[in-house]
Amino acid sequence: MITRFLADEGVEYMYGYPGGAALHIYDAIHRQDKVHHVLVRHEQAATHMADGYARATGKPGVVLVTSGPGATNAVTGIATAYMDSIPMVVLCGQVMSHLIGEDAFQETDIIGVTRPIVKHSFSIKHPADIPMVLKKAFHIATTGRPGPVVVDIPKDMTAPTEKYEYVYPKKVKMRSYTPVGRGHSGQIKKAVDLMQKAKRPILFGGGGLVLGESTELFQQLAKKLNFPVTTSLMGIGAYPQTDKQSIGWLGMHGSFEANQAMHHSDLVVCIGARFDDRATNNTAKFCPTAKIVHVDVDPSSIGKTIRVDVPIVGTAKSVLEDMLSLLDEVEGERPDLSEWWKQIEDWHASRTGRLYEPAEENEAMKPQQVVEAVWKVTKGQAYVVTDVGQHQMFAAQYYLFDKPNRWITSGGLGTMGFGLPAAMGVKLNKPDEEVVLITGEGSFQMMMQELSTCSQYGIPVKIINLNNQSLGMVRQWQDLNYASRHAQSYVESLPDFQKLVESYGHVAMKIDKADDLDAVLEKAFALKDKLVFVDVYVDPREHVYPMQVPQGSMKDMLLSKTERT
Amino acid sequence: MRHIISILMENEAGALSRVVGLFSQRNFNIETLNVAPTDDPTLSRLTVTTVGDDRIIEQITKQLNKLIDVVKLVDLTEGQHIEREMLLVKVKAVGAQRAEVKRTTEIFRGQIIDVTPSIYTIQLAGDAGKLDAFINALGSNTLLEVVRTGVSGIARGEKVLSL
Ligand SMILES: Cc1ncc(C[n+]2csc(CCOP(=O)(O)OP(=O)(O)O)c2C)c(N)n1
Ligand SMILES: [Mg+2]
Repeated sequence: MITRFLADEGVEYMYGYPGGAALHIYDAIHRQDKVHHVLVRHEQAATHMADGYARATGKPGVVLVTSGPGATNAVTGIATAYMDSIPMVVLCGQVMSHLIGEDAFQETDIIGVTRPIVKHSFSIKHPADIPMVLKKAFHIATTGRPGPVVVDIPKDMTAPTEKYEYVYPKKVKMRSYTPVGRGHSGQIKKAVDLMQKAKRPILFGGGGLVLGESTELFQQLAKKLNFPVTTSLMGIGAYPQTDKQSIGWLGMHGSFEANQAMHHSDLVVCIGARFDDRATNNTAKFCPTAKIVHVDVDPSSIGKTIRVDVPIVGTAKSVLEDMLSLLDEVEGERPDLSEWWKQIEDWHASRTGRLYEPAEENEAMKPQQVVEAVWKVTKGQAYVVTDVGQHQMFAAQYYLFDKPNRWITSGGLGTMGFGLPAAMGVKLNKPDEEVVLITGEGSFQMMMQELSTCSQYGIPVKIINLNNQSLGMVRQWQDLNYASRHAQSYVESLPDFQKLVESYGHVAMKIDKADDLDAVLEKAFALKDKLVFVDVYVDPREHVYPMQVPQGSMKDMLLSKTERT
Repeated sequence: MRHIISILMENEAGALSRVVGLFSQRNFNIETLNVAPTDDPTLSRLTVTTVGDDRIIEQITKQLNKLIDVVKLVDLTEGQHIEREMLLVKVKAVGAQRAEVKRTTEIFRGQIIDVTPSIYTIQLAGDAGKLDAFINALGSNTLLEVVRTGVSGIARGEKVLSL
């Protein structure tokens, strides 16, 4: 029933790992050919693969794991998806119903374990319920503010003694769950009035625009208003970053001009971002002169961390449509923004050319210049997946995205190890697209066993390992806050990545001087059908800047090791 | 401020733990909690009293509403409402105390529902303040055991919390 349902639901790939409690399901998978199963090497990787796929395509990722350790291994991936509102359905095998509660072999209360990190969860109580429960799981995972849904399936539910008729439930109705639709027209009018009057406005887009497939409407709104546009880390790609209205993303390591503009603005129009602490810095000092319009599908996101002047609960798409049509109707000129734009350009100019010193010739490269080189060689068109650390921030700062869904990173949870499996999930489903993983030697080692999965299924991702021989981001904080006492942040005894990667049958390359950078990258990306791992030795002393000062306002930033605002 | 939030939720396994878990997960405070099925066996009604400023209460109601099992909820303290809690208390009652306890119980309109030569068991319903006052009046040296159900409540007048 489960496999028939998944096929009918249009699921092409699922990611998982077998075990006792899931074996009936695995047998059913074996006896059909519509739903393909990808065997990972660790259940966490299955969840990240499903997650990467979901982020790139907007469709829900599907995971299948066994009970107990299989399910608990998936927990980090579920939490990662939860924090970034990624649609995912995780099917967990469970011990037989009559054994539940008896500490049976491989029994874990996975519903209990995952309760705070799922949008919802179900336990199958009767085999006949399977299609409807799964339908509800997919419905909940994909609608409203998306998120992961766990379905716990006791083994006896998948081998019933009686036969039950299978009917694919076309519709689902739940009295206790109605995703929000259009925003309140009065509130939208208020927001538009503010937009008509603002002298120092800023548009702030979040991951909700990407998830809600409304980036085009967002761009139309920006064009119509000529407002400067910033995004959250998750919103990168919602607005073309090479466009002149884009002022970069904001927050802890966001652009100088975006953070300055936020602080000095008189109107922030936020669509689909949740004002988390890495975006706002100290909320008490946040945007002191701005009125704030906040559009979100999730009412609980509004007013959670900061006060909001015009809350609008609705889908980004519908609210943007309503805003655009209202703007067409309203009379009257908007204030001239040229002074505001001039100010922003000054901020921008004051920083350009001073962001980092690229290395030359035989020097160890700066991680920033490697990302810029990757951007060039992929013509800015790649799907870029990252792990977590300095390399992640450098990737976000120096790879410019012009399209949504191509920036794939664990923002909310910051999960090291996310990168490789997520990149695999993207590549498997988008074989014709360039998929690059930008990782660090620390993060990569958390999921490197998946190189094996890549060999099995022929998944030719390109891996750029920004190897600074240290847990760089931790080291940076230790430099700044602990007088450079580098407690446990130096990764000693690194493997010979080249040999390691080659032992799985992949191609490995190494760059240790600036002169080789472009040529080796060209060579790596020319190998279309191969997984290529490029080990790039970068300067371990480099820090990520700007960096907002703890407890400061948006505009309080360290700009280099010696300068601050 | 103290709020009484009354919730109709699916009468399903796991629903209660989701509500309770939400409070601890998000650092919200629960003072009392009371839950039972309703006339509609598919629904249970849960009443929780909590304290917090407006922003926190707004978050609590929004987060509760977001739970898939929650069908409907109301913050009773936003309007006129009736609040009741039941108390069962076992007190020492020997000698002169017997008359004293009996009189106090009558003043509070409680009932003595079980008796032994040395003990009274008393039942009392009322709002939380009244129960506190009664316990105070009995005095801590007579109290042997105190059981409170937690607050339940209902809106005054025409307002109804139903589907
Ligand atoms: C699973 C997990 N454990 C710990 C951390 C804390 N952490 C954040 S960044 C970082 C260092 C990452 O090192 P590396 O992958 O080499 O990247 P770099 O910062 O050096 O570029 C650590 C340990 C985390 N984010 N995730
Ligand atoms: Mg590193």
